[in-house]
Amino acid sequence: MTIRHIIAGSFCLFFASFLSAQNGNVLIKNGTVLTITDGIKENTDVLIKNGKISKIGSALKAANTRVIDAKGMYVMPGIIDAHSHIALDVVNEATNPVLPEIWVGDALDPFDVGIYQALAGGVTISHAMHGSANAIGGQCETIKHRYGTYDPDELRMDGAPRTIKFALGENPMRVHGERNNVPPRSRMGMEQEFRRSFAAAKLYKEAKANYASGKIKTAPDYNLRMETLEDILDGEIIIHCHSYRADEIMMLMNVLEDYGVNKICFQHVNEGFKVAPELAAFGAQASVFSDWWAYKFEVYYSTAYNAAILTKNGVVTSINSDSGELIRHLYHEAAKTQRYGGLTDNEALRLITINPAIQLGIDKRVGSLEEGKEGDVAIFNAHPLSIYAIPQYTIIDGNVYFDINTDPVDMRIDIDPEETMPTFYETGIHSHNHEEDGCMEGVYEQLFLENHK
Amino acid sequence: MKKLFSLYIFCFFCHMATAQMVEKSVKGTFLLENATIETVANGQQTGSVLIQDGMIKGVGSNLSGVPGDATRIDCNGMTIYPGFIDGGTRLGLSEVGSVSLTQDYREMGDFTPHMKALTAVNPNSVSIPVTRVNGVTTVLAVPSGGKFAGQAALIDLHGYTPDQMFAGFETAVLYFPSTGKRGRWDRRSEEDIKKDSEKSMKKLNDVWKSAQQFVKIKNDATYNPQMEALRTIVEGKQKLLVEVNKKADILQAIAWCNKNKIAPIFTGVAEGWRVTDSLVKYKIPVITGPVLRNPARDSDKYDAAYTNAGKMLAAGVKVAIKTDETENVRNLPFHAGFAAAYGMGKEAALRAITLTPAEIFGLADKYGSIEEGKVANLFIADGDPFEMKTTIKHLFIRGYKVPMESRHTLLHDEFLERDPGLRQ
Repeated sequence: MTIRHIIAGSFCLFFASFLSAQNGNVLIKNGTVLTITDGIKENTDVLIKNGKISKIGSALKAANTRVIDAKGMYVMPGIIDAHSHIALDVVNEATNPVLPEIWVGDALDPFDVGIYQALAGGVTISHAMHGSANAIGGQCETIKHRYGTYDPDELRMDGAPRTIKFALGENPMRVHGERNNVPPRSRMGMEQEFRRSFAAAKLYKEAKANYASGKIKTAPDYNLRMETLEDILDGEIIIHCHSYRADEIMMLMNVLEDYGVNKICFQHVNEGFKVAPELAAFGAQASVFSDWWAYKFEVYYSTAYNAAILTKNGVVTSINSDSGELIRHLYHEAAKTQRYGGLTDNEALRLITINPAIQLGIDKRVGSLEEGKEGDVAIFNAHPLSIYAIPQYTIIDGNVYFDINTDPVDMRIDIDPEETMPTFYETGIHSHNHEEDGCMEGVYEQLFLENHK
Repeated sequence: MKKLFSLYIFCFFCHMATAQMVEKSVKGTFLLENATIETVANGQQTGSVLIQDGMIKGVGSNLSGVPGDATRIDCNGMTIYPGFIDGGTRLGLSEVGSVSLTQDYREMGDFTPHMKALTAVNPNSVSIPVTRVNGVTTVLAVPSGGKFAGQAALIDLHGYTPDQMFAGFETAVLYFPSTGKRGRWDRRSEEDIKKDSEKSMKKLNDVWKSAQQFVKIKNDATYNPQMEALRTIVEGKQKLLVEVNKKADILQAIAWCNKNKIAPIFTGVAEGWRVTDSLVKYKIPVITGPVLRNPARDSDKYDAAYTNAGKMLAAGVKVAIKTDETENVRNLPFHAGFAAAYGMGKEAALRAITLTPAEIFGLADKYGSIEEGKVANLFIADGDPFEMKTTIKHLFIRGYKVPMESRHTLLHDEFLERDPGLRQ
């Protein structure tokens, strides 16, 4: 055991005790409060009690409560990322184009230091998604960034609606059509994957109903894949569909319309701006990159004005990361909609707060600063849409998980005692420089190794 | 006669109508008046900038010798900045990330210093207008792959042929053997990485010995473009661009350059903050970036990449900033902005993407500031160009007034209020 290990070990103890000492109570004094849903309140206090926002007002007082002086600072709701892959051991189960029974919640990784890096960017909630290798991929998990725990269950946001990943276009076509030589290989084949799956689920559901009413004597064999698809048809699971091109977006809306399904948020949706009126009319939502494009052919005809055009057409839109890098500065990504499309401050901030909350079905609980909502807050030293803004505190359920004043250097919580100096990762020109979206994690590794044998 | 005249007028308007369909860049004499001028070289001034024959002909108040036919642009309430320079990109060398046949930054082989990025720069890359409307006027297009990947070339983001775009700096780039992992997908063990690196080092030394021999012998009869491409560097007449990031690798690269009497420019330099003493001691200029990246090690502070440029500068290193990007080189001002916020300061961060890279490339007499006699690469903004809210109003590259147009703005204009709207 070296000095380093002793220091690391004792730090772990310190970190654990630091968190357990918190009781979900905090009083944020004299900040500029960006409520998102109720305007800007200057020189205002926010009191969080037992994890919930109990009062927003002036001259608030509370006993046995940590006080944060936010004079000169900006207080906003914790940032929500509707598309990420952090805190996951594995992202893709790429062995079949239709695998709705898979659930990433079985593979949560509380030790991912990426959770802390996201916290240091003011992000309190993320949507840990299955990858985009399959037409109907796995179910996802909405997590709160309660970093410091060893228990995966503590990351889950209890009561958040179920969500599932769908994927259109190049990724599933490449993995299954090109690589495994099974459909879909084209956007025509994509459509039939959904129609075939939904038709089978409908028959399964009818068979169950017929058995229940005594019409048939034998119940259909229990099938988790069919059960899950049935839940989608019944509107119990929100679809989050990886998509890029206008035609494939229209295709899925047409299929869903035929089956009476309307809970859909398109992810990435780089060409959403081309069919914004249709998305708005369908009630479909959009979760987009601020400015990623040209990393593959289906995003070549993109525009960074996408979020602004969608917003102006009335589509509920969010800005997501799909990346362990971007998730650290979503406030900056949201601000780009002011350069590209001139959104107002509040419109831009909605893209990373209440709008992603709506898309995840958690907007009654988080996404704005309102009395009664959960105590998830991000505090900045300057307006969060300014390039010079630096996150100061990130609070979840009234507990401070990031404090720039006491932030230690090494925030890992599962330090390998054999490790002397942690691995160095090259980036940029040396590595992949996002030639792929994060959704292909795991699969990309296989493709790369095959191509570079 | 009257009829003929109306026909002439009609034709003239037809011509005007078609001419307006594509907005072209305009060359001429321009007087940018009533401006705040961020000169970078001589602080902030107020007054005018005169552009003529592609050059800056005057800066300040009460300029003399302004031609009567100069196009006057009122810059009241706005600021003129020198065009931003990105010291490391793939711009023009790759069009679509996942389509290998559109990628020209990488040739086969480990030792290809004779490959010229300039040859493969696509002047019509859709990414070029997308980049320049954010104020980035000049970039280094860098090949990669292998150890000596080729010759990087500095280009201005305007022109119809690579030669027209060439901005006067070209040199070989060396990817110094790395003892880091290339990504999370890199499954090599630490021992394998070490072995690979040692093998790489040995190969590099062999190649360099051959290059030195080649230069000594001066054999004109042999055709050896690889060796020929390294001649100016072996002779000490040209600087070598060295991409190196990890602490141990940086130290080894310094030792290697010293031993071989090479004058390097280091790029990447992610762990420069760990070895500032050595970088200062050997006066090695650095083009660092990307600033917006995760910490290189899981044990590093979350802002290690944000603060790196500022820490090196504070220690006395000459620091420029690069994005390492292709289609999003437009984010250069935001990389600089993050460096500014995390310790570097606004003024120094601005210099790190203007005058400092110009100095590193030996082009400080032509680029990087608003001064008389420099190339007219500049833009006019209604605020701080690091802020996302700021709008860039006008853009000049080599004295051409370049339209503020790109695929991204054109798609916006076409689709914001789509017609027909909702499906009938």
